Amino acid sequence: MIQPHPQPSTLDPRPSPPLEVRDLTVAYREKPVLWDVDLVVPPGQLCAIVGPNGAGKSTLIKAVLGLIPRASGTVRFFGEDLKAARSRIGYVPQRSSVDWDFPTSALDVVVMGLYGRLGWFRRPGKKEHQEALRCLEQVSMIDFAHRQISQLSGGQQQRVFLARALAQNSDLYFMDEPFAGVDAVTEEAILKVLHELKGQGKTVVVVHHDLETVRDRFDYLTLLNVQVIASGPMGEVFTPENLKAAYGERMVLSL
Amino acid sequence: MFDLLSQIFTDYTLRNVALGAAILGGVGGVLGSFATLRRQSLLGDVLAHAALPGICLAFLLSGSKVPLVLLVGGGLAGWAAALLMLTVLRYTRLPEDSALGVMLSSFFGFGIALLTFIQHSSDANQAGLDKFIFGQAATIVAADVVTMAVLGGLALALVALLYKEFKLLSFDPEYLSSLGYPTRGLGTLLTSLTVVAVMIGLQTVGVVLMAAMLIAPAAAARQWTDRLGKMVLLAAAFGASSGVIGAVLSASRENLPTGPLVVLTASVIVVVSLFFAPLRGLVWQWVREARNRKRIRLERILLDAHVLHNHGELSPQTLALRRRTSLPVALNELKQLEAQGWTKQENGRWLLAPAGHERAHRLEQEMRGLPRLEARGVVSPTAEKDGAL
Repeated sequence: MIQPHPQPSTLDPRPSPPLEVRDLTVAYREKPVLWDVDLVVPPGQLCAIVGPNGAGKSTLIKAVLGLIPRASGTVRFFGEDLKAARSRIGYVPQRSSVDWDFPTSALDVVVMGLYGRLGWFRRPGKKEHQEALRCLEQVSMIDFAHRQISQLSGGQQQRVFLARALAQNSDLYFMDEPFAGVDAVTEEAILKVLHELKGQGKTVVVVHHDLETVRDRFDYLTLLNVQVIASGPMGEVFTPENLKAAYGERMVLSL
Repeated sequence: MFDLLSQIFTDYTLRNVALGAAILGGVGGVLGSFATLRRQSLLGDVLAHAALPGICLAFLLSGSKVPLVLLVGGGLAGWAAALLMLTVLRYTRLPEDSALGVMLSSFFGFGIALLTFIQHSSDANQAGLDKFIFGQAATIVAADVVTMAVLGGLALALVALLYKEFKLLSFDPEYLSSLGYPTRGLGTLLTSLTVVAVMIGLQTVGVVLMAAMLIAPAAAARQWTDRLGKMVLLAAAFGASSGVIGAVLSASRENLPTGPLVVLTASVIVVVSLFFAPLRGLVWQWVREARNRKRIRLERILLDAHVLHNHGELSPQTLALRRRTSLPVALNELKQLEAQGWTKQENGRWLLAPAGHERAHRLEQEMRGLPRLEARGVVSPTAEKDGAL
């Protein structure tokens, strides 16, 4: 079969996009954090969500995943609602969102990625541990499998979180600031995983904070500042005008 | 003590008290582990204190002093307080400690008011309700132990069944939600099970001290292990043994209250764990740090001795000059290196021993990996040119 695009998982001629957000508004108290967000992410893309502090980047991911209530709007995944598509969605929360002194090992955390598939009451067994080890291998963390998680460096903890999401074996991934405050080795490991995922035709939506690297690392860009400023292929969206609109006039950037 | 331990099997009262305290400690340890990991250990304190008005209301409404009726009343009030507390935290900007303080004292104050009202009423049946403040284990009869065992068994069975879910709930509730689990419902369930643990303890340790039986065994267990499963089991063991030991101690003499002794036993376990648990224990931490400091200090001296050995003469005089210390200090330093097998004396001359050479080379290798300081005009301590003295 001849494929027009390198998208092995989407042989269907008119597939529904992995993520389609319509009129999404989120408000804490009076002020809206997200206002009327429309967003379509095409399949097989590495998509960055970029914007200034307080632009609602993390909120967008959390609202899309139903982790915080939305004031209005609809979200469809592969044309289905969240409940139906849940098993196809993986999530990497911000590293700082948990207490790393929790009594558990790196391997244990990765096994948690399989809890969704296991379902109620069933305990992880040998099969799940092997699967988790494979995911740790993918992020070069196999040697640390049995370490208590507080004894890992920040970058290593980030890779454990990434491995946990890989264990979910999803078609669509959301990652909240995976590159924040990590070392060079971890940066490499994450980039490698991102490209592997893309190679498998999976879609990855990443909240990113660094404008300098966003162009090289991602194919698709959404500029966000409460509203969507621009969204589309990197080459079309990454323009001085759009960046100014998102970050304000004083934004200095050497393009 | 051993006489008393054997009495557990023969003495009816002691057996009931010890069993009751053991169940309370075990169940409290398990649920306390989750509560402390979810940073809700003080929530246990709120709901324990809040049980008092519930007990009084249960008595007023039913006119009965059947323990189960009173415990259910206390449990319901505690449960209401816990949920109210969580709701306040979710929807107001009140800081957690303020919310906690207000909630605890208002529920407890209400309880004391009700208790005083009941005591001054003409009802002759009321005597003994105040025992729930500090607990009175001696009133525990076999039927109470059965009640406790059933309640505790149910709570533990649910924890065992939902262990995986509760684990992730305690570690990363948001991720648990993203997997499709009803995080809020599971959280409410786990808090409700904590209420059950408190109910079990009301008769023995009372509302004021009950929180200790949630926090202490868990805090002690955390010191000994880095795995949740082991921590939960260990907390159960610590709690249960505190119960038995406290009960036996209080039976060893007249007028020793059981509840406070159970709590004191648990506290002793905490203190011992804080100091002596391997890895996390303070004593071992101090020992490790002192050892490390000594090792690093000696290694620093060794590097100087190594430079002197290679580029001049190793003697107390040259070492004192190089390290800007006095002669006696330098001599002492050389002797310390000798004690490590790093230096030796031959015919009155100081030499670097092979072990010292090897160690110094390895250290220099490691230090090459450190960031260089020369660029800013600081001379590296390992720089070979130092041999010129």
